[in-house]
Amino acid sequence: MELFRIKNDIPFMSYGRLTTSISLVTFLLAIVFLATRGLNFGVDFTGGTVMEVNYPQTANLETIRKAVDSIGLKEATVQNFGSSHDVLIRLPVKPGASVSQLSEQVKAALVQADSTAEVRRVESVGAQVGDELYENGGLALFFVCVGIVLYLWLRFEWRFAVAAIIANMHDVVIILGFFAFFQWEFNLTVLAAILAVLGYSVNESVVVFDRVRENFRKMRKASVVQVIDNAITRTMSRTIITHTMTQTMVGSMLLFGGEVLHNFALALTIGILFGIYSSVLVACPIAMWLGVNRANLIGDIEKKESDKKEVVEVIS
Amino acid sequence: MNRYPMWKNIFVAIMILIGLIYTIPNFFGESPAVQVTPSKSSTKLDPALLGQVEAIFKQEKIAYDGIYLDLRGVKARFANTDTQIKAKDVLQANLGKDYTVALNLLSRSPEWLHNLGAKPMYLGLDLRGGVHFMLQVDMKAALDKAAERFVGDFRIALRKERISYLGVTREGQSVQIRFSTAGELLKARTVISKDFPNLTLKETTDGADQLLTASLNVLEQKRIQDFALKQNIQTLHNRINELGVAEPIIQQQGADRVVVQLPGVQDTAKAKEILGRTATLEIILVDEVKTYVATLEKAEKGQAPLGDEAYKTRDGRTILVKKNVVLTGDYITDAGPGVNSQSGQSVVNVTLDGRGARVFQQVTRENVGKRMAILLIEKGSTEVITAPVINEEIGGGRVQISGMANTQEATDISLLLRAGALAAPMDIIEERTVGPSMGQDNITRGVHSTLWGFAAIAVMMMVYYMAFGVVSVAALAINLLLLVAILSMLQATLTLPGLAAIALALGMAIDANVLINERVREELRNGNTPQASIHAGYERAFDTILDSNVTTLIAGLALFMFGTGPIKGFAVVHVLGILTSMFSAVLVSRAFVNLIYGYRRKVNKLSIGQIFKA
Repeated sequence: MELFRIKNDIPFMSYGRLTTSISLVTFLLAIVFLATRGLNFGVDFTGGTVMEVNYPQTANLETIRKAVDSIGLKEATVQNFGSSHDVLIRLPVKPGASVSQLSEQVKAALVQADSTAEVRRVESVGAQVGDELYENGGLALFFVCVGIVLYLWLRFEWRFAVAAIIANMHDVVIILGFFAFFQWEFNLTVLAAILAVLGYSVNESVVVFDRVRENFRKMRKASVVQVIDNAITRTMSRTIITHTMTQTMVGSMLLFGGEVLHNFALALTIGILFGIYSSVLVACPIAMWLGVNRANLIGDIEKKESDKKEVVEVIS
Repeated sequence: MNRYPMWKNIFVAIMILIGLIYTIPNFFGESPAVQVTPSKSSTKLDPALLGQVEAIFKQEKIAYDGIYLDLRGVKARFANTDTQIKAKDVLQANLGKDYTVALNLLSRSPEWLHNLGAKPMYLGLDLRGGVHFMLQVDMKAALDKAAERFVGDFRIALRKERISYLGVTREGQSVQIRFSTAGELLKARTVISKDFPNLTLKETTDGADQLLTASLNVLEQKRIQDFALKQNIQTLHNRINELGVAEPIIQQQGADRVVVQLPGVQDTAKAKEILGRTATLEIILVDEVKTYVATLEKAEKGQAPLGDEAYKTRDGRTILVKKNVVLTGDYITDAGPGVNSQSGQSVVNVTLDGRGARVFQQVTRENVGKRMAILLIEKGSTEVITAPVINEEIGGGRVQISGMANTQEATDISLLLRAGALAAPMDIIEERTVGPSMGQDNITRGVHSTLWGFAAIAVMMMVYYMAFGVVSVAALAINLLLLVAILSMLQATLTLPGLAAIALALGMAIDANVLINERVREELRNGNTPQASIHAGYERAFDTILDSNVTTLIAGLALFMFGTGPIKGFAVVHVLGILTSMFSAVLVSRAFVNLIYGYRRKVNKLSIGQIFKA
């Protein structure tokens, strides 16, 4: 079986203006949603308490609300998730009460209202922990970007490095935009997913860039546009198959992973879908506009040849 | 050209074998067990304990499946929970309070695997159920307390050198000594700078008085904070041992935080109570000079005389004590409940360490006939337990505290004192509880995600790439095997995000094989011979695989460096998954392909799916 029978190279670069404008529009939309709606941060970031309670029968949300209200927690939200037997209770940080006291109080109130209630999971986070998470999350993002730019700069060329990171940061913003638009909960695992996606979609750009460099060497007479078009076309089947495979795994997580992994898998899904698009159709035009050509890869090619020999020795 | 030298094939085979050995223990499941550990972390583990436990089992006719000694204590496994609980009771009765006996779960993997060091992965709290706390140490209080201690030390030092001073007071985190003449100040300065080299001294004047201000320098502050943290961790260890939790984790996190994980603990309220207790004992002299009724009445309204503090005794009377603390709970080495043979009252017997004993002897000698208050400070409220009259000099460091309401109270207070005082108060700033059924659900979720995802990928790869697809799937399976083996070898803690990372690692690792297979197809398409195509395909793909994995690795390392808790677990698996995938996708899959095609005399066609020739 072979899915991709492409005779001639697809002129991707001639659509460059179109594909980047589509990106620009989604990017701006994401920014707008982030600005107007903001992210729905989970307790990891904001502080507060989340409790997952299970009942052997259909949970009576009204009774549960009353029980929580009875200890003076008016801002608590009580909702079903997964099934009608499972209830998720969210409590904001209450000034004056320590995180540990609060959860005990709620637990006691719930059991008093209905003795069959089983508290399956409690997460209480004090406000001071959340503040550090923003900082560490930002630092991690920054470190990943700098690390990737440096590596690509060393292995390829600064134009590739800049193009790849722009394309992938745009993925990150779009994932965040989705989370803002749908008000999905943004928690620590989502942050992990975003950083993992960042490393993963850069792969995509790397594979194409690798081919571009190889083509510059092989296709001596071709123009820059032809070289890039050929590189994208030749790697396209790999791109689509690899992403289908990864997405299969992520889809399996989305299906079987339950509440805790749900948003993690969701962030990965969006990241993978947009990653395909942006790392090829955004990164390449940007690299082209930044002026990638045979000349600024020449020195690199020679260095690369010597690398090659070592690699052959290692393999054989 | 598509043959590996023999050593390379053997190397791959050995790696797979090692992977198998270290992965198997994860499949045996767990059986009920008990573990015996010394109650105090300061007590050395005696290897004879193993024999002792075995003897007890033999004597009580308790059948056990396995027993062994490790770094922390003796562990024994049983066929069912009934025997387990019986064994626990028997051991507790026979071994006494020097050892803690806790219920546990142990791997059922056979002895020979255990001897090879092959153990199952350690399951995190979200997979086995339990509580996780993060506690923040109040460092300001630790520094205040240290400054407070210097107040006493200065007094003793100055008195010893016969230097006259007007007063020693604590101002925030520095100590101020007042002198009437500059000469005395100079003498004091020499003494203090010699005895306490880590203090910064500053001279000022306040009216006619000469002031010497001693403050902690940065180095000393850091030392005190480190010490406070270590002391708190030690104290937590002791307290948790009293709780009888199997395999607790108590770790420092950052400069001022402690993470406590108690697997299997469901009674969170009790755990919090024990952890959160900040009881300290203070022994202070009662200010006998100012016991006039008028002064006491004024003190009740909150106007205690200078240098004194007013507290209520248990029978409701007000008592004035000096601010200068004689001894704190830090000097206590042991405490136990008892009964006074003469009065029949419940008492607590306290043993002091050498330094505490000396101070106590000196103070009692100098204050015969006066009263001494024993204060218990718990959660910011101070209670005078008792204020007995000192009848004689007390040496030897053995002190009996009377005034207990009953035996239960005597037991509670001695437990508190024995478990040690915290060097600084702590607050719980994060709590995560996972019920046992939730843990089981999470394992199912993680494992199902991985297995179904893997199955789907396997089917697709085999349909699309035929024989090369089978090789890719085999390489992916070996990747999974090696990853689980490394995690088991490292005894890494597996969490749900970790399971997600395993799934994701597999989903990403297949990329390398797709790259290779596509390259081989392309080489065939360009009209190369099958053998040459295999060779060129693997070789050309390698550079790309390396580059793309390095970028993923960078992201993984950043997650590891800046992530905490669940994120760190994710990052570890993610990074290891990338490394194992490099090995399996390139080396192992090539070995398989070589075995299939490398030894044939003539290969006309590769089974890599249909190839469209342009």
